[in-house]
Amino acid sequence: MSHLLSSHALSLLRGDRCLVRDLDFALDGGEILLVEGPNGSGKTTLLRAIAGLMEPEQGELRWHGKPIHENYQSYRADIAWLAHLIGFKYDLNLLENLAFESGLRATDRSRTESVLQRLGLQKLVTLPLRSLSAGQQRRVALARMLLATAPLWILDEPLTNLDAAGQSLVTELIAGHLAGGGACVIASHQPIATSATVRQVLLK
Amino acid sequence: MSHANDIPGLWQGFSSLVRREVLLAWKRPGDVLNPLVFFAMVSTLFPLAVGQSEQQLQFSAPGLVWVAALLATLLSLNSLFVSDYEDGSLDQLILSPQPLPMLALAKSVAHWLVSGLPLILVSPLIAFSFKMPSSVIGVMALTLLFGTMSLSLLGAIGAALTVGLHRGTALLSLLILPLAMPILIFGARTVSLAAAGDTTTAGVYFLAAYCMLALTLAPFATAAALRISNE
Repeated sequence: MSHLLSSHALSLLRGDRCLVRDLDFALDGGEILLVEGPNGSGKTTLLRAIAGLMEPEQGELRWHGKPIHENYQSYRADIAWLAHLIGFKYDLNLLENLAFESGLRATDRSRTESVLQRLGLQKLVTLPLRSLSAGQQRRVALARMLLATAPLWILDEPLTNLDAAGQSLVTELIAGHLAGGGACVIASHQPIATSATVRQVLLK
Repeated sequence: MSHANDIPGLWQGFSSLVRREVLLAWKRPGDVLNPLVFFAMVSTLFPLAVGQSEQQLQFSAPGLVWVAALLATLLSLNSLFVSDYEDGSLDQLILSPQPLPMLALAKSVAHWLVSGLPLILVSPLIAFSFKMPSSVIGVMALTLLFGTMSLSLLGAIGAALTVGLHRGTALLSLLILPLAMPILIFGARTVSLAAAGDTTTAGVYFLAAYCMLALTLAPFATAAALRISNE
């Protein structure tokens, strides 16, 4: 049986620097792909390639055994992306942003209230995101992941800017996602506490 | 896990993006008003500068209105994708399961709604300040309709190509002006013909055809440019 996500002799360039060379990995449901390495080692580049935002120089990425660019539009429906940037409009409030989100991709709106409560955002829904703190904005970005119904989460430094409670919340959310058969690709400097199978990719 | 059936339809994706853009413009009215004020100021200051000679005004009005409209639109095109690029929304748009050309079209339509449409609405006022015959107003609005729509569509390609650059303004104008020349020439000439009482159908048809061409091709070019710029 083919793996959920796999890479085959993947090489990535950033500018004219080769950041990733001949990388092979395989990821199945319920597992984490943990991408580690010092600053500038290509963690974000690898994540962007996995999301299909950039073309690999060589090799390919496969989703359910098929190259992601072969059916990129349906692959996009299967991924949720969380990076350093919030990906929401700062001038709009959370409800307006989430309403836009649900017009764009599959979301489970019936869970909106419980998700906002879990993230501690329910009192902030009518404030423009600009007026929220960095940590709160981070939680807002998490709301997108939780409302989306995508099986693959791609997380770039998910613990940044979060307090201790926020960090353990993210760990819980990841565990919940994995328990539901989903998979995560995570780039992180901090260790992620988990009982799930972790596949490591170490970039130099 | 497959959720193909839950993905919002094309129309829903299109309309939510248009709605979001209009809502953003509503919350930051300065962005919308600046080009409009520019357009109105150029067009009303000009008669003061060249004097009240009716003949002279009527002669130069069509060209002037069109140059002002073109520059006002270019002014507002710069920022079309910049804020999406800076806050990460562009990644999320590209990664959404909606077809990117459709989202690019929605951005252009929203841009036209908040920049082109107001220009058309104030154009009768301009015609009045240039002492143009009232019969011109309809033709002027019609040519501006097709012209500004084409500019919003074509300008999106340039805005998408220059989104990653920090000073893309001059480059954007250079990229777009050649494509905008036919619009300027036919738009201004058609309004002149209307002012002289001549037949204007050829010019209007040309602008309509140009607009249709932009409507069918520009969103695909914009989508491709966005993917490259965002890599």
